[in-house]
Amino acid sequence: MIRIANGQGFWGDWLEAPVRLVEDGPIDYLILDYLAEVTMSIVQKQKQADPKLGYARDFPPLIGRIAARMKERGVKVIANAGGVNPRACADEVRRLAPQLKVAVVLGDDVFDRIADFQARGIELRNLDTNEPLREVASEITSANAYIGAFPLAEALATGADVVIAGRSTDTALALAPMIHAFGWKPDDYDKMAAGTIAGHIVECGAQCTGGNCIADWKTISDFANIGYPIIEAHEDGSFVITKHAGTGGRVSIDTVKEQLLYELGDPKRYIGPDCIADFTTVRLRDDGPDRVHVSGIRGAAPTEFLKVSISYLYGFKATGTLVYSWPDALEKAKAADSIVRARLEALGLQFEEICTEYFGANACHGPAAPPIPQPAEIMLRIGVRDKNKKSVDRFTRELIPLVLNGPPTATGYGDGRPSVREVVAYWPALIPRGEITTRVEVAQ
Amino acid sequence: MKIPLSKIAHGRSGDKGDMSNIGIIAYDERHYPILVREVTAGRVKQYYGEMFDGKVERYELPNLGALNFLCYGALGGGGTLSLRIDAQGKTLAAGLLGMEIDVDESELSS
Repeated sequence: MIRIANGQGFWGDWLEAPVRLVEDGPIDYLILDYLAEVTMSIVQKQKQADPKLGYARDFPPLIGRIAARMKERGVKVIANAGGVNPRACADEVRRLAPQLKVAVVLGDDVFDRIADFQARGIELRNLDTNEPLREVASEITSANAYIGAFPLAEALATGADVVIAGRSTDTALALAPMIHAFGWKPDDYDKMAAGTIAGHIVECGAQCTGGNCIADWKTISDFANIGYPIIEAHEDGSFVITKHAGTGGRVSIDTVKEQLLYELGDPKRYIGPDCIADFTTVRLRDDGPDRVHVSGIRGAAPTEFLKVSISYLYGFKATGTLVYSWPDALEKAKAADSIVRARLEALGLQFEEICTEYFGANACHGPAAPPIPQPAEIMLRIGVRDKNKKSVDRFTRELIPLVLNGPPTATGYGDGRPSVREVVAYWPALIPRGEITTRVEVAQ
Repeated sequence: MKIPLSKIAHGRSGDKGDMSNIGIIAYDERHYPILVREVTAGRVKQYYGEMFDGKVERYELPNLGALNFLCYGALGGGGTLSLRIDAQGKTLAAGLLGMEIDVDESELSS
């Protein structure tokens, strides 16, 4: 049996979580997931500004903090912290933790190969809209293939204490140590699926240990010291989801089910680089306090393609808010919205989209929200999006004047006018597997 | 009688591009057939009305006593494009649990 803990559900997750996982009880592997789709364009931009950057900058200091304990307890770390510059990330880790052996996995970054793909007829059509990539080719800011667990397992086989990947899938981080420890083969599809689903359950950190749990949330104790998840993985593909004794939160059939359903598409076809996992085969059993046993998982062969995540500069957006107080707060906010729209129209400004929401009334649930007869206050929130930056910038000047020249009792403008933000959009596509060759390097 | 879905179910929602997925889970797996009967794709689409631009598809997970709804065009463009506060659909499961469903009292006794 091996213990695989996840200490980071996204870049920006609780800094203390991975430290506590190493300190508070036994684990064999610590996995850390840093990359969301838009993260890749952020790190690509950082690399363009400074060739020594382009990775998750929180990661090397974390390893510096836990290096001594890792060595003492034999804990290995696997992270997709490398962003678009895994070698630079490895250099910084080695500077802060010279006693650790570091391996990097390369080959996911295809930013420089897009033109070559297109010249050879690999269209990289958008998986959602079916448009060919050439429509936005000049605006691309990053492009990475999602790599699977085998290159990560190969990196573990070098004896590395720390494995740094770029755009590996979140679930591969959990499957890789199982492949490494149990010698699973690529065509053990049921086991590939078991490791993938284990990874899916823990990939969002505390979201399977009581965080964001709707079921009986008021009875979940000690969120302040919530325990992050640990997979106790067995060679036969069964596993237990648990957390360290004495930590807060909860692991129950309910918390695990909620996370199983999170960001799920067709449950029979969860497509990843290593297999297609079938979520309708998952069997859950209560295994005592804060322990859920998972078994029965079936999988099938993966497809001939890998997913590629491409980001591109789409345009600009800005959102601003004003608060209107009782009485008639919602009516005042609606009147203000009409005034802003009339003024934008008078200026001849057109936007790809204008979105108005009334916080406190219906911002989250729209027409499904129950009406409130006289809310104490309503926050008006208006957003615009367009390719033309000047139009968006002009919009940002139209909210605050309403405090003096619109309906009464507007407040909440203390942060000044809204800022214009770049919109980096995400373009999912497929690429034939043969185009992506990964390799492992041990950092010297 | 009419009860809110939250009496017998919990759930979680999130995003996949401009699509939101809403998972609805029976607290007691014996109530799963009620979910299958009452919480249809059409009712979910109707419940959220103008919030959803596209269709709603439903998938069944009897092993978990759960349904998974894929709601197309549900996030105002999705990801970074959306201008909505809940651009990732994080609150859509909680909202759906407020939907009223029809049950016979005998179905709830255990």
